[in-house]
Amino acid sequence: MPVEVTKPGLATTVQDRGREGYYHVGVPPSGALDQFSLVAANLLVGNPADAAALECAYMGPELRFTESTVVAATGAEVELRLNGEAQPGWTSFAVASGDVLTFGHIKRGARMYLAIAGGIDVPEVLGSRATYTLGGLGGHEGRALQAGDELAIGSAGDGAVGRSVPEDLWPDLPNELQIRVVMGLYDHLLTDGGRETFLATSWTLTPVADRVGFRYKGAELDMVQREQPFGAGSDPSNIVDAPYPIGSIQVPGGVEPIVLHRDAVSGGGYAMIATVISADMDAIAQSAPGSRTRFVAVDLEAALTARRERADRVSRLQGVLD
Amino acid sequence: MSTADATSARYSWGADEHLFVEMDEAMSLEAYFRSMAVVTALRERRPEGVIDICPANASYQVRFDPDKLAPDRLESLMREIEAEVGDAHDFEFETRIVEIPVLYNDPWTHETLMRFRDRHQDPEATDLEYAARINSFDDVQGFIDAHSSAPWMASMVGFVAGLPFLYQMVSRERQLEVPKYVRPRTDTPALTVGHGGCFGCIYSVKGAGGYQMFGITPVPIYDPRQELPDFKDFVCFFEPGDIVKFEPIDRDRYDELRGEAEDGRISIRQKPVTFNLEQFTADPDAYNERLLDVLNAG
Repeated sequence: MPVEVTKPGLATTVQDRGREGYYHVGVPPSGALDQFSLVAANLLVGNPADAAALECAYMGPELRFTESTVVAATGAEVELRLNGEAQPGWTSFAVASGDVLTFGHIKRGARMYLAIAGGIDVPEVLGSRATYTLGGLGGHEGRALQAGDELAIGSAGDGAVGRSVPEDLWPDLPNELQIRVVMGLYDHLLTDGGRETFLATSWTLTPVADRVGFRYKGAELDMVQREQPFGAGSDPSNIVDAPYPIGSIQVPGGVEPIVLHRDAVSGGGYAMIATVISADMDAIAQSAPGSRTRFVAVDLEAALTARRERADRVSRLQGVLD
Repeated sequence: MSTADATSARYSWGADEHLFVEMDEAMSLEAYFRSMAVVTALRERRPEGVIDICPANASYQVRFDPDKLAPDRLESLMREIEAEVGDAHDFEFETRIVEIPVLYNDPWTHETLMRFRDRHQDPEATDLEYAARINSFDDVQGFIDAHSSAPWMASMVGFVAGLPFLYQMVSRERQLEVPKYVRPRTDTPALTVGHGGCFGCIYSVKGAGGYQMFGITPVPIYDPRQELPDFKDFVCFFEPGDIVKFEPIDRDRYDELRGEAEDGRISIRQKPVTFNLEQFTADPDAYNERLLDVLNAG
């Protein structure tokens, strides 16, 4: 196999753009949490935008190549070394048989994406190569990579070295984030004060931040005291189990809001009070534990405008790398 | 027929990719079937841009691509369907009734629940003893009888892949209700038959959980490698709308079925049925008997 995993990193998974159409039976979309960085890494090495690459959370893997190819790393800012020699991010470079690729400590952001020309060749499951670890589905044996794993690579296309993404297209990776949300769903279960607190608090991301969800701390939100509807459960934050939108924010017990991401649990009994707009899900993916987030309420129109702006950014990326 | 006041649902946006619709705040078969009726009609029309149609207990969600389907167009379509569906009292759909064998009071969930007694409302009792007591049964067997006699509707599938939420097809007064654990467990055996609030469930995979644990089924309900015959077409067994009958089994039968599962030749007993809400509502117990006759025929 062309790639050997000598050290797995903290949580390295095979991801592509995700699988759609199975959320109604609890299979979430999965795929790269930071989709922009995935697309960039793929285009840099001449892959289609939806090829499978490695998503590396917090601490990257050590990989040994047994064939020469072209690779590129995007996403979080990190020291990247090939046989000990520093390599630039957001730039494609050649690796030769026997080369060892390592990642240093992350300086900013939380997730790196490593694309290899030809894409990671794992079997498609339900139309995607993305790993859904909770369900043991897709990716490399349905799980995060382990030391000793070997990865196959698809047949490479036009894998030119030395291509790069201009810096103005890199994500910001701030330590203080403003994340836009559309309020709604069950936000009527918050008191006016609870709603104000939610939007006024500078929330700190806890270490409980993985592909399923991102948990924050910073304040307690007042919930409306009511007689609970039949089947809803006894806590004021409980509802009759309902579907959870990707990006929805639930607040179990009124404390520690959780933003669900692309490996979301698909439903449950906690009131959701808002949903992160699709354009800001990449930024959530790159927020690191300890970073601070303010949630900013916008309306649906603004969410759609932001969505168009993000699509324009992807088009610019494609324009630069085509 | 539309009966606007009795049936007006609540619409809300899950940002730019989800429309969430709550039929009722409270759980009821009426709210569930209205949601199913709307979802069924949407599936038939399925406009371009709809990604996922997720029915739930008393609500549903449509995941969509707003670049292909404008949110206001989707909302007006859903309101139009809601009006057409009305109270859905005559809703009818094709589904199946399936038999899930259960070893109640099994050693594996027992071992697990003993490890988490400090997170339970009643550390001195087992989950079954506690559930029997607070639902006013004389003993555990009475509770098991109630749990395994009337069938259940898979009113939602999810949380994790393939996990059915089950609502028993009996009147509200006869619903079994048990609170979730005081603090969730970090472990639940795969295929545990659980219960929280008014919902039963079958844990499709091993993992964290807060539902009370009553027993375990030997039959896999999720097979990501698609090795068993029931999973040739898809990785999850359950779909929303499935009707489930729990069948109490003893340890010998459990071991036998586990053996079949491990040999890759087990399959879940199931029969196709047409479910008619009007006939069910007229006499639920008699209708359930007829459903069980279908399951047990031949």
